[in-house]
Amino acid sequence: MNEPRDTVYLDHAATTPMVPEAITVMAEELARTGNASSLHASGRVARRTVEEARELIAERFGARPSEVVFCSGGTEANNLAIKGLYWSRRAQDPSRNRIVFSSIEHHALLDPVTWLAKHEGADVDMTPVDAAGRILLDELRASVAADPARVAAVTTMWANNEMGTIQPIRDVVKIAREHGIPVHSDAVQAAGYVPLDFAGSELDAMTITAHKLGGPVGVGALLIRREIEATPLLHGGGQERDLRSGTIGVALVAAFATAVDVTLSRQAETVARIERLRQRLVEGIVHLVPDAIVNGDPLPGADHRLPNIAHVTFPGCEGDAMLMLLDAQGIECSTGSACAAGVPQPSHVLLAMGYDEIAARGSLRFSLGHTSTDADVDRLLAALPAVHERAQRASLVRSTA
Amino acid sequence: MRVVAAMSGGVDSAVAAARAVDAGHDVTGVHLALSRNPKSYRSGARGCCSIEDSNDARRAADVLGIPFYVWDMSDEFADSVVEDFVAEYTAGRTPNPCLRCNEKIKFAAVLDRSLALGFDAVATGHYAQLRSADDGTIELHRAIDMGKDQSYVLGVLTQRQLSHSLFPLGDTTKDVVRVEAARRGLQVASKPDSHDICFISDGDNAGWLTEKLGPRPGNVVDEDGTVLREHEGAYAFTIGQRRGLHLGVPADDGKPRFVLDIEPVSGTVTVGPRERLAVDGLECIKPLWCASAPVGRLECTVQLRAHGDEHRATLTVEGDDVRVELHDVAFGIAPGQACVVYDGTRVVGSATISSTSRMAVG
Repeated sequence: MNEPRDTVYLDHAATTPMVPEAITVMAEELARTGNASSLHASGRVARRTVEEARELIAERFGARPSEVVFCSGGTEANNLAIKGLYWSRRAQDPSRNRIVFSSIEHHALLDPVTWLAKHEGADVDMTPVDAAGRILLDELRASVAADPARVAAVTTMWANNEMGTIQPIRDVVKIAREHGIPVHSDAVQAAGYVPLDFAGSELDAMTITAHKLGGPVGVGALLIRREIEATPLLHGGGQERDLRSGTIGVALVAAFATAVDVTLSRQAETVARIERLRQRLVEGIVHLVPDAIVNGDPLPGADHRLPNIAHVTFPGCEGDAMLMLLDAQGIECSTGSACAAGVPQPSHVLLAMGYDEIAARGSLRFSLGHTSTDADVDRLLAALPAVHERAQRASLVRSTA
Repeated sequence: MRVVAAMSGGVDSAVAAARAVDAGHDVTGVHLALSRNPKSYRSGARGCCSIEDSNDARRAADVLGIPFYVWDMSDEFADSVVEDFVAEYTAGRTPNPCLRCNEKIKFAAVLDRSLALGFDAVATGHYAQLRSADDGTIELHRAIDMGKDQSYVLGVLTQRQLSHSLFPLGDTTKDVVRVEAARRGLQVASKPDSHDICFISDGDNAGWLTEKLGPRPGNVVDEDGTVLREHEGAYAFTIGQRRGLHLGVPADDGKPRFVLDIEPVSGTVTVGPRERLAVDGLECIKPLWCASAPVGRLECTVQLRAHGDEHRATLTVEGDDVRVELHDVAFGIAPGQACVVYDGTRVVGSATISSTSRMAVG
C-alpha cells in the first residue's frame, strides 16, 4: 500500500505534470543568482530572462509583453483583477460599485467578490447558468443594462473547472463593451486546451497560471491591457508595472514560459489525442454504469467544452466513497468540490446548474492531460464496476440508517 | 484485515491506528467531520470538530504512511447526538452524548459504511479490551489503565458491533501511549486530552443549552416548596449539582444544598441536603446487551457515570425493563444517565436510567 505504485492520474485539472523542458529550465535558473531589479550584470541577466519569458508568454497568448503581469498564480491574479478593477473604477466614480459575475466561478474569484460585497460595499449580481453550465446571456445583458453606469466590472470564466463548459466570452465582452465596462476572464482551466487570443478576445484582463499547463506551481499572470487602471493588492518595490510588487521568481517565470511554449506548440495534437481518450472514457463509463450521467456540454470543440474534463454523476452513490475506493487502487480523480477542513461541500457549480445536493455529492470529475494514455482509461474502466457497486451499497447503508 | 482507523486528531486514536498498522492490518485513516461548518461546534484546539484536529489527524496518518480521508458525518451527528442531547435536557434528563455517539455514529453509521465499502473493522483509541470467549463470543472488558478506562461509554455496543471493532490501547496506560506517540514521531504526543462535550466549545453546557433553547424561567424551591429564587432555564441544572445554585441565604441547618429533582414541565428545581440524594434502586429502560441478555436475577456491579465508582448491585431483567438494587448507595444519579453493568471486568451491557428510588431518610 505504501510502496510507490503505478498511479493512474486523472486529476489534471487540479494540476498537471510539468513538461520535462520546463523542469530543465527551472533547475538551470535556480542555480543562477540574480535579482531582476539589480543594476549589475547578474541583475541584467535575470532581467533579460524575465523579459524573454514575458515576451514569449505574451506572444503565445496574443498579448503585448507590457500586458503580462507576473504574480503567484490564479488566485492572486483573480484577486488583483477583480479587487483592482473595483477599487480603481469606484475611485473614479463612487456610485460605481456593482460587480457582475457568473454563478459558476472558481472560489478564487467567487470569494474575492463576496469579500468585496461584505467589506467594500460592492453590490454584486450573479449571472445564472443553464443546465450545461453556460451563462445565460440574456440574464447577463439585463443585469448589466439595469444600471450600466454603476457597473465596475464584469467577470466570467473562460471555461469552468468542474464541468469544462466553455463560456461565450465574445458575447460577454460585446455586452459589457456597449457600456464601456471592463471585462475580466479567469482562463486558468482553458489555457493549454483551447486557443486563447487576448487581443482578439477584446478582454481587458485575463488570468492564466503555469501549473495547469505543464509549468510549476507558484507562478501565474494577469494579462491586463495597458490603458486599464487597477489598484494593486501588494505595495512595495514597484515591480510589474507597479501592479504587483515583489521580487520576481526568475526560475518560475522562465519555466512558466517554457511550459507555455511547449504546450501550445503541441496543443492541437494533444487536444485531439485527449479528446479521443475522453470519448473512450465516457463511453466506457456509460456502458458499465448505464444510469451514469455525463454532465456539461456534450459537444466537443472550443465553443463547447474542454477536451480533457469528464464530469459524471453516479446516481445513488457518494462521490467521496468512489474517490476513496479508486484511490485505494491507485486511480486518482476528484469530487470537484471545495473543501473546508476536508469536508466535502456540494459543488456550488452543480447547484447553480440546477442539481440537488444529493446529485451534487454523487459526482466525480475525471480530467485528462498531456501524460494520459489509453492504459489509464483501461485501468479506470476495469476498476469501475466493483467500485460503483460498493459505493452504492455504502450509500444505501447511509440512507436507511 | 482491512481496517478503518477513526482518527480524531488526538494522541490516543493516532497510536491506536499505528498499532493497527503494526498488527499487519491494511489501515485507512478516517477523520469524522461532525459539523459541516468547522467553526460551529468546538472553537478551541481540542475536541473533534476543528480544522486543526482534522489537520492533526492527517499529519498522524502521513507519519504512519496510511491513506487518510475525512468523512462527513455531520447530518448523522446532528440528528442522532446533538438533537437527542437537547431533547433529553428539555425533558429534565441528563444524557451522555459520548455513549450516544458510539452507539449511533462511530460503531453504527461509520461501521456500516466501512463494511459496505469493503472494510472488516473499525479501530478507535478507546481504552477498553476485547477478548474472545471459548464459545467465540467477543467480550468487552475494562482497560488495564483504570484511570482512563472507557468501557463505560462503549457499554452500548452489541455483539455484532464488537465483532467488527478494535481497541488497540486497552492493554496500555496513557503514559505509555504518550511515550509511544513521541517515539513514533507523532506530533500529537503532547496534545492535551479533551474532556468536555465535543460540540460545546467552551465546556459551558448550561450556556450552550440556554442559547439553543432560549430562556424558560422557573423556580428553585426547597423540599417544602418554598421558592428560593427564580432561574432562566431548568436545563442549567443537573441532579446532584451543588455549585452555582446562587441561593443567597443558607439552609436552616447551614449545610450545603444540592439539586434533588428537576421537573421539566414547570421547570421547578428542588434542592435539599446531600443525604436526600442517596439512591438505592434504579429503574432502567432500553437495555443493550453485549451478548445475550441476562436472565432473571444477576449479581453484578454497575457504573452510573463516566469514570464513576462501581456499585455492587442485583439486576432483574424483564424484557426491556431492568431493575437495579444497589447494595452500595449512589449519590446524584439522574434519569437519562447510562447504567453500565459489569461482571468483574466484563461489560454485560447497559440501559438508560428512567427513574431512581431514594433511600428513606431515617
